[in-house]
Amino acid sequence: MGELSRMWRETDHRYRMVGEKCGNCGKLYFPPRDICPTCHRDSIGKMEDIEMSGKGEVVSFTIVHDVPPAFTRQRPYILAIIKLEDGPSMTGQIVDTLPSDIDIGTKVRSVFRKISEDGHSGVIHYGYKFVRDA
Amino acid sequence: MQLSNDVFIIGTGESKYGELWERSLREISVEAGLKAIESSGIRTKDLDAIYMGNSLSGMISGQENIGALMSDYAGIADEDVPTLRIEASTASGAAAVYEAYLSIKSGEYDLVMVGGVEKMTELYGNEMIDISSSILDREWEAFFGGTPAAMAALSARKYMKDFGVGKDVMAAISVNDHKNASMNPTAHFSNIITMEQAINSTPVAEPLNLMDCAPQSDGASSIILASEEFVKREKKEGVKIAGSGISQEYFALHSRDSLYSMKSTVSASRKALQKAKVGLNDISFAEIHDSFSIYGVMALEDIGFAERGKAKDLVFSDIGLKGRIPINPSGGLKAKGFPYGASGVGQFVEGYLQIMGKAGKRQVENAKYGLLHSVAGTGSTSIVHILGGE
Amino acid sequence: MKKSGIVSYGSYIPRFRIKPDEIARVWGEDPENIKNGIYILSKSVPAPDEDVATISVEASRNALKRGKINPKDIGAIYIGSESHPYAVKPTATIVSSAIGANFPMFAADYEFACKAGTAGIQNVKAMVDSGMIKYGLAIGSDTSQGAPGDVLEYSASAGGTAMILGNEGVIAEINHTLSVTSDTPDFWRREGEPYPTHGERFTGEPAYFKHTVSASKMIMEKVGMKPQDYDYAVFHQPNGKFPTRAAKLLGFTEKQYKEGLLTPFIGNIYSGSMMTGLSAILDIAEPGNRILAVSFGSGAGSDAFDITVTDEIKNMDRGSAPTIKKMLADVTWLDYAVYAKFKKKIIFGDAIE
Repeated sequence: MGELSRMWRETDHRYRMVGEKCGNCGKLYFPPRDICPTCHRDSIGKMEDIEMSGKGEVVSFTIVHDVPPAFTRQRPYILAIIKLEDGPSMTGQIVDTLPSDIDIGTKVRSVFRKISEDGHSGVIHYGYKFVRDA
Repeated sequence: MQLSNDVFIIGTGESKYGELWERSLREISVEAGLKAIESSGIRTKDLDAIYMGNSLSGMISGQENIGALMSDYAGIADEDVPTLRIEASTASGAAAVYEAYLSIKSGEYDLVMVGGVEKMTELYGNEMIDISSSILDREWEAFFGGTPAAMAALSARKYMKDFGVGKDVMAAISVNDHKNASMNPTAHFSNIITMEQAINSTPVAEPLNLMDCAPQSDGASSIILASEEFVKREKKEGVKIAGSGISQEYFALHSRDSLYSMKSTVSASRKALQKAKVGLNDISFAEIHDSFSIYGVMALEDIGFAERGKAKDLVFSDIGLKGRIPINPSGGLKAKGFPYGASGVGQFVEGYLQIMGKAGKRQVENAKYGLLHSVAGTGSTSIVHILGGE
Repeated sequence: MKKSGIVSYGSYIPRFRIKPDEIARVWGEDPENIKNGIYILSKSVPAPDEDVATISVEASRNALKRGKINPKDIGAIYIGSESHPYAVKPTATIVSSAIGANFPMFAADYEFACKAGTAGIQNVKAMVDSGMIKYGLAIGSDTSQGAPGDVLEYSASAGGTAMILGNEGVIAEINHTLSVTSDTPDFWRREGEPYPTHGERFTGEPAYFKHTVSASKMIMEKVGMKPQDYDYAVFHQPNGKFPTRAAKLLGFTEKQYKEGLLTPFIGNIYSGSMMTGLSAILDIAEPGNRILAVSFGSGAGSDAFDITVTDEIKNMDRGSAPTIKKMLADVTWLDYAVYAKFKKKIIFGDAIE
């Protein structure tokens, strides 16, 4: 209980999917990283913040039944790897849909949702999840 | 006399793997260590160093600094034996062996103990799912609902789709594990399971079921490593660590090129075989890291026992004790059990027993070379060792 | 000075719905009584991971997208709700960050029962008119509470609407706005209490009708308009019956009020209620259309707006963000058990949540 700064410093990345663009090779990264794995030293100091579109497609997905405490009320939930139109792949939940309506290749877009709560009196953590992009 | 700097396993010991309600972290660790000492016929105070593999004791038991704790409770607090803990999540045990091996290779030490220990059953409720998720990327996987089983399931779904195979390919790994474990008195599970039971068990993270997932086991394993000089001088019998490879890959699953190939395993097994100067055909048996059945399938392909997508041609007929390549004679992580930090050392215990011909009912005939494969997280680190040879 | 008004708008209604039949089944009521009595056919339910912050963010993003407005140009954010996720820690801070607005920002959370969102509109309009800001965001959003078994459980729902106000690119000018306020205890929720209390029939005449009708009459008189001069009229809609009766009392016809009457389908989204009705009207309005919009907040008070749609609305791609019609059509039905789980009416032990 009581996590603050670790969560707070990721706000831009989790609220608005702010990733990085390598100023050397132009490749986009999300989640954010400080060094481009392609350009190494040449990228240092050249990684620029860039907001992802939040649109992408399902690379793979699972329906999670054995869930950590934070997700009890949403059991079972769908977790997926999403390949964003912007390039990077990332991990997130797909909500507001039946598992039978999701498949590899399904188009999704990001939404702003509550991810977890730090107990009943602690802070609420928000971030991205995905819904089907009709 | 010209000596190589080869490293030998000269003794092993283990606690029972399973739900050890009455035993503590320190008790099972000391038990395994003392058995290994006994088995190798040395004295604890002769040890140059101890390396302890452990992954989660800080989160589960609120206990860090367990290297010092273990040497104290082994009764050698006054003997000045340096003891360190090595952490590489689920590969902590194999990583501890690797470090110990290097310490002898370097010429610094002659006699080193490696321990691996994990107490997984201390907590109730589903908090263990959160704690075990610390082997993933906490900020970008676990925070959003990623669990070890969920990440493995993402690999499984994609594998099944791309190669058009069913759950039976994965289930076959678990069925084989249980069969072998039924002959291993140390194992968590002694029951045999059928394909139907495996395929129809309770869903954990679809498409993976309970029988695709290694259990939360308590357990401790220990081995004694010695330099060739020590072995010759003390006239010890032992099993040689013929080759060793450790490799890295992207931390989070979503960063990787493939969801069903661990580059780290491909590379680590290649390195280990190369150093051991043996080919896959020389391998008599393999202990693979099947924390989830799909990882077993992937390991068979990444190591090279099967071509990509072709594990199905192997798993139904060729991985039994008498098969073309016996897999997990110990019962593997699924059935021998999966105490995170102990499991990597446990593979060495099995490898030693097999090559020494002391594996009892589950003895692989003419076991000459064994391949041991341990994975951290979802594949960010793989550690492969080859045992055997002159 | 250019006349200020609505520059863009966006709404968000959760896709989950429950019918009165399902709630009545659990409490042994006759669903027909509910449907006839308060004219509610279904209500929206927030997903377990939705709250006023997430709903406000989605509505705001829809408004920004529809108006092609740079979040850096937003100078103020006021959010009206009676179900802010925190008692202390403004929802406006979360929305500001989630839309990527600037650090210099006027912001606060408002509470005035169901009219806190429209109070925000008045505030932001005043700030635009005074030159303090270029654009401002006023949001009415709620995940309202109704005690299990109480009549409010049939209506208390979730959703929200965000209005961006400014005086450039105005699609609907706010010609005039006024408010009435009195100390009337028709409905309240004490600090720390999970569910509100209401005065049953007292919520009607002395509360809803007195304030809504008075404010409506006052603004029409002020701007010299009669009911028949309006193309649309939209009122706060705690149920399907009250706004219909208020409209008729004032002399409006069904044709004028039906487009903005959403409660029968989505329930009462409290602070977002009238604003979401207005959002539905803006989805279809033509240049020159005149709209009367009147909210009501228990406690009590009413905010009235006289609005004229401009030619600018033709330049807006209204379909670039989800319309109310689209959100009304995109529905997942819940049974009472899942509804109870979503709304945290089922309590878990500490060990599992």
